[in-house]
Amino acid sequence: MAQQTLLQARGIVKNFGHVRALRGCDFDVYPGEVVAMIGDNGAGKSTLVKIVAGVQPPDNGELYFDGEPVTLADPTEAQALGIETVYQDLALAPDLDPAANLFLGREVLKPGLIGKLGFLDTKAMTAKTLAAFKNLGAGVQSATAPVATMSGGQRQSIAVSRAATWADRLVIMDEPTAALGVVQSRAVLELIRRVRDQGIAVIIISHNMPEVLSVSDRVEVLRLGRRVAQFVTADTDMEALVAAMTGARVQEDAG
Amino acid sequence: MTATTVDQATAINDNRRRRLNQVLVEGRALIALAIIIVIFASLSPNFLAPENLIIMTRQVAFNAIVATGMLLTILHGGIDLSVGSTLGLTGVIAGTLLEGWQVPLTQLTAFPSVWVVIVAALSIAALVGWINGVAIARLNVAPFIATLGMLFMARGMALVISDGRTFTQLRGSPELGNTGFLTVAGGRLLNIPIPVYVMIAVAIAVSILLNRTPYGRWLYAIGGNARAAELSGVPTKKVIIRAYVLSGICAGLVGLLLTADLVAATPRAGQLYELNAIAAVVIGGAALSGGRGTVRGTLIGAFVIGFLVTGLVLVGVSVFWQQVITGAVIVLAVALDQAQQRFVGRERTARSAKEPPDRRGDGPQDDKEVATTAS
Repeated sequence: MAQQTLLQARGIVKNFGHVRALRGCDFDVYPGEVVAMIGDNGAGKSTLVKIVAGVQPPDNGELYFDGEPVTLADPTEAQALGIETVYQDLALAPDLDPAANLFLGREVLKPGLIGKLGFLDTKAMTAKTLAAFKNLGAGVQSATAPVATMSGGQRQSIAVSRAATWADRLVIMDEPTAALGVVQSRAVLELIRRVRDQGIAVIIISHNMPEVLSVSDRVEVLRLGRRVAQFVTADTDMEALVAAMTGARVQEDAG
Repeated sequence: MTATTVDQATAINDNRRRRLNQVLVEGRALIALAIIIVIFASLSPNFLAPENLIIMTRQVAFNAIVATGMLLTILHGGIDLSVGSTLGLTGVIAGTLLEGWQVPLTQLTAFPSVWVVIVAALSIAALVGWINGVAIARLNVAPFIATLGMLFMARGMALVISDGRTFTQLRGSPELGNTGFLTVAGGRLLNIPIPVYVMIAVAIAVSILLNRTPYGRWLYAIGGNARAAELSGVPTKKVIIRAYVLSGICAGLVGLLLTADLVAATPRAGQLYELNAIAAVVIGGAALSGGRGTVRGTLIGAFVIGFLVTGLVLVGVSVFWQQVITGAVIVLAVALDQAQQRFVGRERTARSAKEPPDRRGDGPQDDKEVATTAS
């Protein structure tokens, strides 16, 4: 692949006290692809995601975005680059409705003088939210009931729609289907495909191998804080992925 | 496309049910208020006399204003125990300035005009709130602890400044140009006491703040999921600090109003006001864990407590029994709230169990009613 990477991580190191979460980890994302990040518990997946999302700084190593070196001091800097993250705990505000959640921290104010006084344009935000849900085929009908009352699948749809609405380049999803049933998982995976079809790259962390094989274009495998293998999904199978995850088979050039 | 129509129909149905539920939840406190009014009106003919209603509402206003500020701190998941002391301190500051302030290190005594007194006193109240907020948001002191500390500090400062005495010369004199405080803060307009106007103004202002501005959304978001708010780029620390500043200002307003009402500024004013305010907020349906609560509910809560206490006095119940009854009503109100939420929760589980498993949009639209209880 001679294509320019969208995001490239090189030699990322992160220690928590004596725990070495990442020991010189590499990672690549190409524009417009769904790349699955897999690995056993403790492989460093969540840590790497937090670094790419700007939640934690790495102790060492470089991040390149569009080939340019970047440092991400906090999530808003990642957001400014067009990177949005769907966190494992969803990161929604339960007492607010979907529209308020979609626009949390990016509220739209009314036009003119009233807006200058700091008044919200609730109507515009609700309309845009419903349009985003429709556009992505998210199964959420109401933009005005508090999120706390909705099912896990609906909440996940809101979180994904929120990320897709604001991300121009890359959406990161930390186990988006971990807490969902079969039908709901399928809906979220469909949502992920639609996000990719809009030209936005997606990193998905998952423990579910059939899901990884069905939704991703490429797979990168982490093990003990390093990348140990890269696969093109079409050319691989579950056995190869599991072998790489457990260290039974080693890819020499993945380093 | 029958599916869509059905979905739309359910959505509309849910909306209707949600509104009904909202009425019922808000109604719970309102029903309590209605029961109180009916009972006392039948026991005491004076209860519904216009003048009594006005006096009771004035009493309610003091608690309601403090409670509205308290609501802001409870919404983010905190609490402000220092409001009673802030109230006392504000009164003492106003009293000191009105009687004449000995400028330190000089022989001069300053007699600032009334608006300067009001601005200065409220600034001190805001400062107290700001210190609370900084301790909580920047120094990570638990709200309960930070404001408990401030409860002692502000009360202590009130005693230090006043040397324990009560200020009663609040009229000012025309030669010094500092008259009018008692009229501005303690008078009546169209036969309605000033505190009632202040209560209405504060309620409207805070209501708009909570429902129509980003600040309100941020406060609810922090109370529901502080981490989510932070990751979304909400300036959580600033939002929290501002909540305590506003709570301090609300307490300060009551400090001034109460001083004018009693025509005396005493350093011990406002003791236990924090507890009355918390009670009003909680009866009004707010969750102490944050994220849930409204100005309307808080006002109703304040009226429930205020009318109950005044009613008991009118009927001639002893002061000792008044406290017992008030406490019981607070616990009962919250217990009812919890029971209702459990009931709605059960109803929702029952309904989603009946649903076909493959329904698009993942079923429990019906849960929206829980939402309503939750809002």
